[in-house]
Amino acid sequence: MTIETARTTRSLAPASRAVDILGGELTDASLRRYLDGIPGVDAVGLEQRAAGLGTRSIKTTSKKWALDTIIGLIDLTTLEGADTPGKVRSLVAKAITPDPADPSCPRVAAVCVYGDMVPYAVAALGPAHAAGTATGINVAAVATAFPSGRASLAVKLADTTDAVAAGADEIDMVIDRGAFLSGRYGQVFDEIVAVKEACRRPDGSSAHLKVILETGELNTYDNVRRASWLAILAGGDFIKTSTGKVAPAATLPVTLLMLEVVRDWHRLTGEGIGVKPAGGIRSSKDAIKYLVTVAETAGEEWLQPSLFRFGASSLLNDVLLQRQKLATGHYSGPDYVTID
Amino acid sequence: MTRLAVAKTYKLYIGGKFPRSESGRTYEVVTPNGAFLANAAKASRKDARDAVVAARAAFAGWAGTTAYNRGQVLYRIAELLEGRRAQFVEEIALSEGASTATATAQVDEAIDRWVWYAGWADKFAQVAGNANPVAGPYFNISVPEPTGVVAIIAPQTTSLLGFVSAVAPALVAGNTVVVVASEAFPLSAVSLGEVLATSDVPGGVVNILTGSPAEIAPWLASHADINALDLVGAGSLEWVDLQISAAETLKRVLPPETGLDAAVPSLGRIVAFTETKTVWHTKSML
Repeated sequence: MTIETARTTRSLAPASRAVDILGGELTDASLRRYLDGIPGVDAVGLEQRAAGLGTRSIKTTSKKWALDTIIGLIDLTTLEGADTPGKVRSLVAKAITPDPADPSCPRVAAVCVYGDMVPYAVAALGPAHAAGTATGINVAAVATAFPSGRASLAVKLADTTDAVAAGADEIDMVIDRGAFLSGRYGQVFDEIVAVKEACRRPDGSSAHLKVILETGELNTYDNVRRASWLAILAGGDFIKTSTGKVAPAATLPVTLLMLEVVRDWHRLTGEGIGVKPAGGIRSSKDAIKYLVTVAETAGEEWLQPSLFRFGASSLLNDVLLQRQKLATGHYSGPDYVTID
Repeated sequence: MTRLAVAKTYKLYIGGKFPRSESGRTYEVVTPNGAFLANAAKASRKDARDAVVAARAAFAGWAGTTAYNRGQVLYRIAELLEGRRAQFVEEIALSEGASTATATAQVDEAIDRWVWYAGWADKFAQVAGNANPVAGPYFNISVPEPTGVVAIIAPQTTSLLGFVSAVAPALVAGNTVVVVASEAFPLSAVSLGEVLATSDVPGGVVNILTGSPAEIAPWLASHADINALDLVGAGSLEWVDLQISAAETLKRVLPPETGLDAAVPSLGRIVAFTETKTVWHTKSML
């Protein structure tokens, strides 16, 4: 594996990437000049390319591999106002043992919960919690006034620090779309830098930062491309499409576009940035299209949990049904997977 | 001026929509003399899978309607069938090679049976349910509830009558249905789907597949999300194997029936796809 993953390289100076790339003094004007200088997106070509990648037929052993890979890339998510510690515990149980009838079924990459549910998720995971190690399940927490992001910076930072202190391994932050759409790139940049700082733990290590662009509110592909660059320059370890609370959430063209940015960044700096499509991916068929897109755009080495994730809740059950179909030779039903 | 007739495309009926087969396959429907009649969709196992998903999604809504309302909805189907009699008579006469009188008799009998079953919707529970005698200050009540998703291999020897006789009783109790139509005479089944689509039956309650029962039936029999299997029209298939495979997931199964009496109207066909729920309830002892 030649890609440097984010954890090892940049827990010290989050804004250093922007300084390296932009050169000279880092100001709102220089940032704007750089982002506005990024070429526009060929929307028709992008959608055509995404549609083309979605037509691949993946069968038998390839399909089996794909399904297991998908499970290993899932951030199993519950982000409801009605979440309870009990709901989080059952989610964690499902993350550890997705299919109780099949011990060969892999575990998911992470569980994704609201910040106040992190202690319950950590307690429920027990020894299965990754906590900085390469194996095990991570706990991801959404922070910074998710999903709207409408709160003062102080509140957003407190939200983040709380979740990290409670044991979150990954922080999913939302950008201030209002500021981005009004062209205040510097403000969005500073917020990401500040949240990245807040992800730092007392021992010097740092929680992974996923930056949610909420592409459904950015209106154009050009904006998605700019926001992706902005998030990476500011120090994001992952760029994530959506909160899942806004329609449209993740779409294949948007994910393809973000993967292209990540690929370009890797060519430029050798650094691997992760991508996480979230929201609206419910069937194995859709998820396999995403795998194809990742492999064809960023490369097959991106198909690992440190570089690609699915944010999903109902996707796991559909993948399990497909796995059971492959194993038994007949169609399975919702009675044979757990309800969450 | 000569006019070009517009030929009808006979498609599947799944989830309230009329898709072509996912596989893109069709087969020729011919008259008894071998003359071309129409192209019908040849459903694949994936169409069957999609139909089961649609039926499962529609189940809670259909089972949750009141018995009276269900009866009204079923009765309305009979009303619409009545309005389309001429179309059904023509299709049956052409595809079965029957005289107009015979075809008319079949359509009339099908409509009458539909009305007969519609009437049972708010009455069968009184007959199949019971207030059980108990030695204590309780009521003990048994009520029939729908089994769930019922897969039906429709009788293969008639166009409309067998189809109606197999589908209507399963609907009465609140089950949703995936039905494989007669392979040789699928046209009336598809036209019935058009009647259902324009009536008050929610999409997904009845899903109609045309094609080869021999190909589709094993997938339905082994499908873990189907609760019951009506093999009434499966006499020429390996139906014992289908029963064995249905037993793996504890389905209710009805055996094949042949001849003109296949699926003759009976309360038994309604009750066959119900589960008895028994509840205790305290008597108010003031």
